[in-house]
Amino acid sequence: MKETPTEGREFWRWQEYHRVLSDKSWKNKDIITAGVDVGSVGSKAAIMIDGEVYSWAVMRTGSNSPDSAKKVFDWALEGTGLKPNDIKYTVGTGYGRVNVPMANKAITEIACHAKGANYIWGPSVRTILDVGGQDIKAIHCDETGRVTSFLMNDKCAAGTGRGMEVFADLLQIPIEEIGKVSLSIDEEPAPVSCTCVAFAKTEAIGLLRKGWTKEKVLAAYTRAMAIRMANLVNRVGLEREFVVTGGQSKNTGIVSRVENILGVKTLPMPNWRESGLDPMVAGAAGAALLAKTLYQKSQGN
Amino acid sequence: MITAGIDMGIQTIKVVILKDGEVAARGKAFSGFEPAKAAEQAFEQALKDAKASRAEVSQVLATGSGMDMATNVDGTVSMMGADAKAAVYLFPSARTVIDIGAEEARAVKCDDKGIMMDFVLNERCAAGAGTFIEAMARALEVKLEEMGPLALKAERASPINATCVIFGESDVVTLIHRQEAKPEIARAVFDAMADRVSSMVHRLGITPDVVLVGGVAKDVGFVESLRRKLGVNLLIPENPEYAGALGAALLAASRVKGAQK
Repeated sequence: MKETPTEGREFWRWQEYHRVLSDKSWKNKDIITAGVDVGSVGSKAAIMIDGEVYSWAVMRTGSNSPDSAKKVFDWALEGTGLKPNDIKYTVGTGYGRVNVPMANKAITEIACHAKGANYIWGPSVRTILDVGGQDIKAIHCDETGRVTSFLMNDKCAAGTGRGMEVFADLLQIPIEEIGKVSLSIDEEPAPVSCTCVAFAKTEAIGLLRKGWTKEKVLAAYTRAMAIRMANLVNRVGLEREFVVTGGQSKNTGIVSRVENILGVKTLPMPNWRESGLDPMVAGAAGAALLAKTLYQKSQGN
Repeated sequence: MITAGIDMGIQTIKVVILKDGEVAARGKAFSGFEPAKAAEQAFEQALKDAKASRAEVSQVLATGSGMDMATNVDGTVSMMGADAKAAVYLFPSARTVIDIGAEEARAVKCDDKGIMMDFVLNERCAAGAGTFIEAMARALEVKLEEMGPLALKAERASPINATCVIFGESDVVTLIHRQEAKPEIARAVFDAMADRVSSMVHRLGITPDVVLVGGVAKDVGFVESLRRKLGVNLLIPENPEYAGALGAALLAASRVKGAQK
C-alpha cells in the first residue's frame, strides 16, 4: 500500500470560501446591509439586500482582528459589483466584534446567532446550540429570534472547534471528514474519560497504542464532546425546534450524537453551498438583519 | 532498615531508597511505553547507588497515578498520603503541601505527624499542571528550562486570559504577533497557571507553613508567580520532584516498624 505523505499536512485546515447568489440583483434595491462575525477561529461576513442574503464569505481569523474583519468583508463583496460605500449599515459581532473597523455598531454573537437561526430555519426555532471555535453556547429564543436565555462555556476547549482541530491533527484526519469518519464504526465505544483536550490527547494516544483504530478513538472523543454539549443544552432547557449553528454544525458526528443523547432531531440542514443559508454564517446573517432594522430606525421609520 | 518508594508519575518515575530514616539514593526514569520496566530499571540503579541489594529492602511501596502498573512492590499508598508524610519529614512545620506534577496538581492539608487531613485536586483540566508550561514553551519556541529565568526578567505583567491549555496557546501566539517581549509572555504564562493553582488551594484553605513539591517546584518562574499570588512564603525542598517517592518510602518504614511491634 502506498503511504500518502502526511508530513507538514494541515489536517485542521478547513475550506475558506465565498459565494455570490447570481440570481439576485441589488440594482433596484434599497437597503444593503452587512454583518461581520469575527470569531476566535473563523471570520464570516454576509451581505444582505432588503433582508435577504446576497453574498457571503468564510475564512480563518488571523492574528489581527481588524485585518480579518476587513479581509472577510472585502471577500464577501468580491464579484458583487458593490463598493463598501453601498453598504448602508454594518453590524460587527463575534469574539472580535469591537475590532470591526467598518461596523456602525457591535452586537453580541448570541443575539446574532438567534436572529440568524430564525432567518435560516424560520420562526419555529426555540433552542440553538452554537459551537464556535472557542466556546459552546446554548441559546433559547422566541419566535422573532430574540434571545430569552443562554448559557455559555468559554473556559475550556473541550467540544469547541479548536479542540476538534487539535484532534484532527492528532489523528491525521482532515477536519471536514471527521464527522463521517467518527460514524464509520460498527459499535459506539465508551466515551473518553478526559474532557480536557490536553488530557484527552494523552488518553487517545494510549488507546491507539492499545490497538484501537483511529475511527474508534475519534468516535470515543466525539461522543464525550457531544455529551458535554447536550448537558449545556439541557441546562438552558431544550425546547423544539432545535438547531445547531457555528462551524461544528457541519460535523455530522457531533450533530447526530447530540440528537441521539437529547432524543430530538435537529431541523434539516439547509443546502448551504447553494442556498446561502450556511449555519456557520448564522451569526453574520443575523448581524446583517439587525443592521437592516437599525438602519431603518436611524432613518426614522 | 532499608525501604523504598516508587512514584509512578505520568511523565517520570522517581525512586527513593531510605536507610534508617535517611535518603540513601534516588533514581529517575521516563515513564515511556513500559512504565513497569522503567520503574524496575530506576529501582535497580538506585539500589546500586545505595550499595544495597534487593533482598535487604524490607518493604517497597508504590504511589503516583500509575501506581497500579508497578510490579514487585509490597503495596501502594495514595499520592496525598505520600505528599503529607514527605512534607512534614522535610519541614516539621508544614501543614499545607502543594504538589504540581506534569498532569496533576493537588493541595494537601496535614497534621504535625504528616497525616493527611484533607485535599483538593485539579481534576480534568491541564491548565494548572506542568503540561501547561510545556505547551506554552513550545508556542513561544523557548526551552522548558529557560521559561522560568525568562519570566524573572519581565518588567511588568501582561495578563493572558487562559483558563485552558489549548486557548493559552492561541493567546501566546496573539501576544507574539503583537510583538510582546518573550519575558513578559513567559511571566504571563506563569501568572495564569499560578491563578489556577491558587484558586484550587483556596478551596482547601491555606494553613502555614506551605510546602511546594513536584517537578514544577523546580521552575523559578512558577514559584515566583505562585508566591506573589498566594502572598505566603513557600518552603521548597531540594529535589522537590522526589517528594512522592520519599513519602512512600517513609510510609513503608512506618509499616515495617508497625509490624515489628
